[in-house]
Amino acid sequence: MRNVYGWLLLTPAAILLIGFTHYPAVATLFDSFFSTGTVVRPSRFVGLANYALLADDPIFWQVLRNNLAFAAGTIPTSIALALLMAIWVNDKLPARALVRMSYFTPTILPMVAVANLWLFFYTPQIGLIDKVAAVFGVPSHNWLGDPDTVMACLAVMTVWKEAGFFMIFYLAALQSLSPELEEAAKIEGASRWYYFRRVTFPLLMPTTLFVLVNATINSFKLVDHLFILTKGGPDNASNLLLYYIYQVAFSFFETSYASTLTVVLLAMLAAMAIVQFQLIEKRVHYR
Amino acid sequence: MRVLDRRLPLLETAAAWLLAVLWIAPLAYAFWAAFHSAAMATHFDLFGTLTLDNFRKAWTYAPFPRHFLNTIILVTMVLAAQLVLCTLAGFAFARFDFAGRNVAFGLVLVQLMVMPEVLIVENYLTMAKLGLVDTILGIGLPYMASAFGIFLMRQTFKTIPRELEDAARVEGCSMMGVLWRVYVPLARPTYLAYALVSVSYHWNNFLWPLVITNSVNTRPLTVGLAIFGAPESGVDWAVISAGTLMAVSPLLVAFLLFQRQFMQSFMQAGIK
Repeated sequence: MRNVYGWLLLTPAAILLIGFTHYPAVATLFDSFFSTGTVVRPSRFVGLANYALLADDPIFWQVLRNNLAFAAGTIPTSIALALLMAIWVNDKLPARALVRMSYFTPTILPMVAVANLWLFFYTPQIGLIDKVAAVFGVPSHNWLGDPDTVMACLAVMTVWKEAGFFMIFYLAALQSLSPELEEAAKIEGASRWYYFRRVTFPLLMPTTLFVLVNATINSFKLVDHLFILTKGGPDNASNLLLYYIYQVAFSFFETSYASTLTVVLLAMLAAMAIVQFQLIEKRVHYR
Repeated sequence: MRVLDRRLPLLETAAAWLLAVLWIAPLAYAFWAAFHSAAMATHFDLFGTLTLDNFRKAWTYAPFPRHFLNTIILVTMVLAAQLVLCTLAGFAFARFDFAGRNVAFGLVLVQLMVMPEVLIVENYLTMAKLGLVDTILGIGLPYMASAFGIFLMRQTFKTIPRELEDAARVEGCSMMGVLWRVYVPLARPTYLAYALVSVSYHWNNFLWPLVITNSVNTRPLTVGLAIFGAPESGVDWAVISAGTLMAVSPLLVAFLLFQRQFMQSFMQAGIK
């Protein structure tokens, strides 16, 4: 009886989950072994041909490199800033609520709106950065149009958007630390920096690992800003895997190849899931 | 004796403020620009004349009223469906010892990693088969059974003492009656936290709505904003700022009013 009841309650959610998560994940893998069907040539089994195509696709490798560079550029910076922010607003400081609000506000803005705002800063000549640079006699620069600067520009914007979000996890962790630790350190005459290095930072390690995994996952999922700022350009210099999948599927209509690329993305997310799962297992020992 | 003086050293206080000013500056600048003429936006003048012209223009250049309506319908529909589905499924996982429960729960958690926006290609094909391309239902459907919601409700229901349920059963309450009269009222704080996260997420969501919609009548605010803000549209920056601020203002105002709840809810959502 409890069997029937349990499954009955679960059924509506299960149908939707299977329909939009499990079925498409399996179908993606399946489709990656077939060619894209057209009106004249129906889809047929091609084995690993799509994967061979992928291995020879320079854009795929560039997009993957970009993704890793983007993650390497944004994640450590966001985490360091988030930690700094959390330590600051955890202590007494005048107008603390305002400071905390200022750090957190970018988090609740949609990435599209953020991109709209930042587009103006990066616009050559009339943009804010070039205006300020002109005061110091620095010549105008096409920040988003130059393959050498475009990724850095996007990284700065992403750090701005995400640091405040990670801050709240550190803040929660800091508040759970026992105040006796700090008192003991004070009595022993430890400096603030020493206390941070030897006590706070090691104790926050589980939080850091947790934020690290989440930030890595985000770096693969967040591509909204590319639609506004660069469209992956110039010459794919700022293209990311998920945006490339979008382009291949909905601009080039190569559905099978898009599925093949999605398999790569799913594999990466699965790898991250395994890491996260192991972290959660470990965390049990900490508490 | 308390030796702990948790006041920040002066230098660090200054740095914290500086960072705070820096962090709010882009938004503050957009705010300033939205209330001034476009010509002034590039010649920063703090005390220039204020105008509402940009808001008026933005409101008419793009079908903002329609986008607002679409987003509100979407957010409400998704949240309503999530609350019902996640309550039922969470209840099943928390209180029923059915066969295959652990496997089923593991399969639910897969969605925490593989969110619908990763599977845009296959989900688009599914929607095409269902005839739901370019409908608001099509935008919301993949998100309605939320793994995070199910997980959250399961955890909450598990903390509710069984004695309460037993007492209600003795009084002659049915299974659904117990859920409705005992579990749901006690989980109210969790519902509030979940609602804040869900509404923020879907108010801001972009990629999947972009893929699945292609007309003004279904496009939510974010998609409308992207079309409106694209450099090709040729709209000047002051108007784009005004439009962007309009689109984010409901959420921004809600956040300013309920800061604490927002931060706590976001944290819960992250920690899972």
